[in-house]
Amino acid sequence: MPVSVNESGIPSEDTVTITVNGKQIAAAKGEMIISATDRAGVNVPRFCYHPRMKPVGMCRMCLVEVSGPRGMSLQPACYLPVADGMEVVTDSEKVRKAQDGVLEFLLVNHPLDCPVCDKGGECPLQDQTLAYGPGESRFVEEKRHWAKPIELSDLVLLDRERCIQCARCTRFASEIAGDPLIDFFSRGDSTEVAIAPGEKFTSYFSGNTVQICPVGALTATPYRFAARPWDLEQVESTCTSCATGCRVVVQSSSNQVIRYLGVDSDPVNQSWLCDKGRFDFEAHRAGSRVTVPMVREGGELVECTWAEALRKAAEGIGRAMEVASDPSSAVGVIGGARLANEDAYAWAKLVKSVIGTDSVDADLGDGLPADAVLGLPKATIDEVCSAPLVLVMTPDLRELAPILFLRLKAAAQSGRTKVIELTSVGTALGRYATETLVYRPGEAASLVAALFADSDPKPLAAGMEIPPIAGVAASDVARTRALLAGFSSAVAVVGRPSLAESTEATVAAVAALSAARPETRYLTVHRRGNLHGALDAGLAPGILPGRVTLEGGRSTFAAESGWGRVPASTGMSTHEILRSAAQGSLGALILLGADPVVDFPDHESEKALSGGAFVVAVTAHLCESARRADVVLPAAMYAERGGTTTNFEGRVTTLGKKVTPPGQAWEDWAIAAELATALGSDLGFTSFDDIAAERTRLVPLFRHFTPHIWNAPSTRDGVLLPLATAPVGLTGAPRALDPVATPGIGSLPHHAVRPPSPSPLFAGTGTTGPSGAVASPGAVRFSRPASPPDLPAPDAYSLRLVAPYRLYDCGTHVVGSAHLAALAPVGTVRVNHYDLDRLGASTGDTLRAVSPGGSHQVVVEVDDEVQRGTAVMGFNLAVAEGSVSARSLIDLSAPVTDIRLEAHR
Amino acid sequence: MAGLTPENLARARETVALYPQPRSALIPLCHQAQAQEGWLTPDAISQIAELVGVSAAEVRGTASFYDMLHLEPVGKFLIGVCTNISCMLGGAYELLAHAEDRLGIRCGQTTADGTFTLEEMECLAGCDGPTCVAVNYRYFPNQDESTFDTLVDDLAAGRLDGDVPCHGTVSRVDRTVTLMAQRDEVLAERAASDRARSERQAAKEAKG
Ligand code: SF4
Ligand code: SF4
Ligand code: FES
Ligand code: FES
Repeated sequence: MPVSVNESGIPSEDTVTITVNGKQIAAAKGEMIISATDRAGVNVPRFCYHPRMKPVGMCRMCLVEVSGPRGMSLQPACYLPVADGMEVVTDSEKVRKAQDGVLEFLLVNHPLDCPVCDKGGECPLQDQTLAYGPGESRFVEEKRHWAKPIELSDLVLLDRERCIQCARCTRFASEIAGDPLIDFFSRGDSTEVAIAPGEKFTSYFSGNTVQICPVGALTATPYRFAARPWDLEQVESTCTSCATGCRVVVQSSSNQVIRYLGVDSDPVNQSWLCDKGRFDFEAHRAGSRVTVPMVREGGELVECTWAEALRKAAEGIGRAMEVASDPSSAVGVIGGARLANEDAYAWAKLVKSVIGTDSVDADLGDGLPADAVLGLPKATIDEVCSAPLVLVMTPDLRELAPILFLRLKAAAQSGRTKVIELTSVGTALGRYATETLVYRPGEAASLVAALFADSDPKPLAAGMEIPPIAGVAASDVARTRALLAGFSSAVAVVGRPSLAESTEATVAAVAALSAARPETRYLTVHRRGNLHGALDAGLAPGILPGRVTLEGGRSTFAAESGWGRVPASTGMSTHEILRSAAQGSLGALILLGADPVVDFPDHESEKALSGGAFVVAVTAHLCESARRADVVLPAAMYAERGGTTTNFEGRVTTLGKKVTPPGQAWEDWAIAAELATALGSDLGFTSFDDIAAERTRLVPLFRHFTPHIWNAPSTRDGVLLPLATAPVGLTGAPRALDPVATPGIGSLPHHAVRPPSPSPLFAGTGTTGPSGAVASPGAVRFSRPASPPDLPAPDAYSLRLVAPYRLYDCGTHVVGSAHLAALAPVGTVRVNHYDLDRLGASTGDTLRAVSPGGSHQVVVEVDDEVQRGTAVMGFNLAVAEGSVSARSLIDLSAPVTDIRLEAHR
Repeated sequence: MAGLTPENLARARETVALYPQPRSALIPLCHQAQAQEGWLTPDAISQIAELVGVSAAEVRGTASFYDMLHLEPVGKFLIGVCTNISCMLGGAYELLAHAEDRLGIRCGQTTADGTFTLEEMECLAGCDGPTCVAVNYRYFPNQDESTFDTLVDDLAAGRLDGDVPCHGTVSRVDRTVTLMAQRDEVLAERAASDRARSERQAAKEAKG
């Protein structure tokens, strides 16, 4: 139902009127005075108030005069809700006197060491002391002293002398992150922020406390003494370290990326970032960075010129194309999720029309198939977080998409959203879920079917106990079934719960849900940054740009006015490409920022690069796979190139280019264009704008989507494609950049103006309509498998493997960022004590794991959160000397992987 | 470093069960843990955190607010000398200096044998008998230098064991019964008063 929105973005029935300094302004019922004055452009100084957290009224800096039954009195503007007819004065003598007192008091114990403080120059305490307050102190006594600084964690340092006890950090930790590891200790002037002895502030969200600390008390190790605010340049961008797509500013000094700060994007990250996204910029300068093209000569990779590298690459690819009748069986391309949308489009054109192969896949066996991502009816994060009921069938979201986890946690805690979680291992979301059903890995489909069945599970014969379903007790199924039945429509968050279960098993569960509840809408959560954008550009077998099938797009793209040619039939997926390469039947393999040797969940992935295929690696880092390539082409990284990116909602936002790529690294689209030339063809692109122009012309999904649109202030929260052509009202109140909420961002051009409402062409937060997919005849549709895959019956001696994704793993970004790499856990096989006791083993022992991938050494650990009969090993983690990582155990061609643990001798 | 003994752990569980919200048992559990060891050991803090469902930092944060909950070891006898106005006039500072000499430690320190800790205290509400001294929170008013020496001798010799509780014991009475009011009743009462209030409000608005 459309809500009528007035000038200030407040739904009219909730409006009250208050008077601020003699002027009448509209305010929303229930909001605090400070947010109404902010909207009206009247500044009230503050420290403890943060627009994304509950107010506490701790610092008293925001005192204003407010009318009440006993006349005007001083009240904290951040802690008093507006009331109709309320009169507020923010600039009287009385208010100024209060501000003077509060500031003088706050500075009593403050060391005033601004010249050596990282916050100096962007410090709300410094700024507000200059703008308000007496400017002089009467305090001549000795100030309190503490050791400076102490480590709260490897990432966050605390200088207690500078702390003004605003409780932003402690409130963030407990209220927003749900990790109450820091708290105030003691009282009076010995109050300090601290952690429990022996503990560390190990939260995935710890960096946010540094971002919101209004003084220099909290600093982040990677930024400490790295730059002064006035030396920083910045550009707004989108984080692509996972597929959530949080908005950030990238700040640099001397052409080096030096800091990321979260930008408040209402529909996505609401100003927060996870620590991986915030701190992985160190990978820009990692020793593994490739900055010069290389070719293999005499078994070694040697540096060469771009001309030579491109010639060698074209020769190798050309040779492969010559010998085969169908390019799709000769040349395979893996990767593309690292690319910007425009890069991906250029590569799709090179691959599908110039080379002519359809064997290209941006998914590395860890997401959902393209038809699910593109073809399922879509739900946005906002829709998920405002739905009364959400079904979550994903891996641990805190590991996979940390900020989505925060959003969902907040929705569940507010009581607005009931979360029903189906999982095989305990997750961080479990604490906030209404129901958590723990099923046997791989068997989600039968559980979903039972949850939506017409009747409760029945005993096999009268008088017998009702058997569990997929390992879940029948009573739990019945209770959840009843709960689900009470909701007419459902929203689901779906993803690959474990890399040790095949895509088919996951798809079967989604299919079961979509069969039972066809109106369900989905947020498909995948791991890799711009996977959705790569799929939108056609970087998957069987599809073409714009979410259409090969057939659906043939007439447009095969025409002279299009690409001139498209592949004849559907090509191979990543798994098939790797198998074909391992068997020696693939002529050439192009790795587009992909590292299948370590980052593909199958024990045989390593063999692919030794099957004789000619390998071209387009990469920013010399990863395991690139080390074995014949040609290595250095690519630009994040923040070294612009364009747009697409998150898992399908939301398209901009990428900011802040620094130049190091050495001779090129942007990916330029590599595609030059490679096409070397292959004797011409992509027709000399700039990003060329690519965007062709895309708007050929692809209905991208119609109207020009740089002019994506660079407009009204699209700063991104757009969902296709663009709505009718004017749509903006949802939510427009926000101005708040320099006290996020010190350090300064000003951003797109936040200086308030987007017009309603916006002329599209909404920043609108939806694509009920189906989400483009209503064209050739649109990609979710194809349901005929039946779920057959699973082996559980046997008493095997453990079913779950390989969940971990936030800090051995990916190039984490390994290349020293501060994060130190936090990556070591990969152990975690099992229930019951299963380990049987073997007479205990935590830390080395056992033999007999798996489809052979018999290998692993280190085991007791974890009673793990169900009996299940073994959990994080994917792509470093492991103890002599043992193997999860990949070596997984058989991706089977629906599930069962392993057996044996005493090692 | 010791956590709660099995008996105390069982007692702690019973205490938690007395409250509608486990969190409410935080301070009672701190008392129990301190009565056992004389101070809150990090292990005990972690156990309490788990029992009441908060983090160790939150338990420590709460405990550190209160002077009578100790986060570091204290001697078997914690001697507090009040130095507020009434006692000060009665010679509290002189007594404190004497106590330092007698015990061979500075205020805030513990004797090497772990028997005595000396602290300066705020008004103990024993102003009618200055100088007021507390030993493990039990009062000994009207102290001067010689009575203080006798007191210390008696404590050291164990002559006061019946009067002065075991170190760390703040409260000698343990809660064993649940709160008098039943939760449902409280909630029902609250709902009724909310309803009445909104009716009054509605009536007022209807009148204009
Ligand atoms: S450390 Fe910073 S954020 Fe935390 S209470 Fe102190 S001033 Fe506030
Ligand atoms: S949640 Fe994802 S997109 Fe957001 S900051 Fe973290 S890695 Fe970046
Ligand atoms: S009391 Fe209002 S901002 Fe701190
Ligand atoms: S002044 Fe010492 S007890 Fe009151």
